[in-house]
Amino acid sequence: MLIKKPGDIPFSEVTPKSVYLNRRTFLMGAAAAGAVVAASGPVGRWLVPAPVSAQGQGRKIPGVVKGPYAATDRLSSYNDVTTYNNYYEFGTDKAEPAQLARNFKTSPWTVTVEGEVAKPQKFSVDDLMKLATLEERIYRHRCVEGWSIVVPWIGFPLSNLIKRVEPTSKAKYVQLFTALDPAQMPGLSRGGLNWPYREGLRMDEAMHPLTLLCFGLYGEVLPNQNGAPVRTIIPWKYGFKSTKSIVRINFVEWQPATSWNAYLPREYGFYSNVNPQVAHPRWSQATERRLGEFSKRPTLMFNGYADQVASLYAGMDLRKLY
Amino acid sequence: MGFSRLIKWIKPPVFLLCLAPLADLLWKFFHGGLTANPIEYIRNSTGFWTLVFLCVTLSVTPLRRLLRRNELVRFRRMFGLFAFFYGFLHFITYIWWEQSFDFRAMVEDVYMRPFITLGFIAFVLMIPLAITSTNGMVRRLGGRRWQMLHRLIYICAYAGVLHYYLKVKSDVTVPQRFAAVIAVLLGYRVVAYADRQAPNRPPNRSRPPDSHEAP
Repeated sequence: MLIKKPGDIPFSEVTPKSVYLNRRTFLMGAAAAGAVVAASGPVGRWLVPAPVSAQGQGRKIPGVVKGPYAATDRLSSYNDVTTYNNYYEFGTDKAEPAQLARNFKTSPWTVTVEGEVAKPQKFSVDDLMKLATLEERIYRHRCVEGWSIVVPWIGFPLSNLIKRVEPTSKAKYVQLFTALDPAQMPGLSRGGLNWPYREGLRMDEAMHPLTLLCFGLYGEVLPNQNGAPVRTIIPWKYGFKSTKSIVRINFVEWQPATSWNAYLPREYGFYSNVNPQVAHPRWSQATERRLGEFSKRPTLMFNGYADQVASLYAGMDLRKLY
Repeated sequence: MGFSRLIKWIKPPVFLLCLAPLADLLWKFFHGGLTANPIEYIRNSTGFWTLVFLCVTLSVTPLRRLLRRNELVRFRRMFGLFAFFYGFLHFITYIWWEQSFDFRAMVEDVYMRPFITLGFIAFVLMIPLAITSTNGMVRRLGGRRWQMLHRLIYICAYAGVLHYYLKVKSDVTVPQRFAAVIAVLLGYRVVAYADRQAPNRPPNRSRPPDSHEAP
């Protein structure tokens, strides 16, 4: 069982690895520095450098509580999570988004929610963040390319937003769109996808308590390369099913077209649930490389969330509906 | 001959230059520069340089014809062996880091996935070329047969670039550039061949006929 109930690891106790590794150095330095620090502040500061933070320079998000889902896997480093990104609008190389999205303007930001709903609305990100209690949730995140990370995301279930706009009986699917701004997104000319990036979920998937509307990671607001200011996280699906930098959410009656599926339907299905038994046409999905680990590890059905989500797909042939 | 002597002096620094991609990887390894996924980085880098060296090797013959510097052929074996060297490293990253020497998984991969099949073919075909790259082997095989054998590099280059093209998810810019370069280099040979076959070929060409029409 990979999902733990609350109470196992208070997130305040999750020690960033670099801090953990530096603790011994830090303590030794502190002991040595203690002797001289009173007399000479500068020397003390030199002997005891500020402990290396795993976090970046992002703004802290206050009032976050520990969420109900905390994978016990070792967390990926902040550096890995924020320098190895698939965000094609900012380049197809994994290192590019961290560089090219640096000045992406994420404020002001409006998310338009419309379609088959009783109360279509526009939300600012601040409004959105106030819709429900922000939780930290440690999820495994598996890319269709065969690598994975473990991230402490911050957000709340997307269902909170969905209930707020009151979908009509015709709302069977949710369509989510990423921002599209050629002036700010140098990667749009490459990559071959039809922009804007769009994804979709069946209503029950979107309403599932694991599906997160996400605003931050590692205690901070999302870095731009990770999909600031607001994105979704669907931990039992391949990473590309999560939509970054959302500007529009549209409720529709029919299964919507999604970017990767439209581009290569044989390779990327609408569902794209993590499934070690169904190979991508060009590579096996049976194993994955967790960033920071040398050996590959077996991939788990629904990325280890089978207990929570398998029932959504009861009776479906997941080989056909990949 | 001046140019010939020059080549003798240029060869060692060129050799070292050919090691630069490896040195770059080693430097990055010790300085944390291999990105969050070092294994993927090394795999991509060695694959990229294999293709570069295949292209460089294939450009020796057109260059020596166009520049009328036949001596340039003395770089060819070195470039070819570097292509094999980086190809070998690339292959190792696959069988060790990707497949953990799981023979069954590799057979399945080669059988089922065209881009792996092509990469595998390209590498395997380079092995006899590397083995028969010595002067002794050229003698033993005889120039003509040696030359026939070494035309396999055309297939290596073609399969290699297709392997890259099919592996990429959607941004095919770089594989397209490689494909363009290889198309030019192989196209040159087609044109040169047609030229040689032409019946109304002028009886005396500016360069002497040579028996080692190079791959």
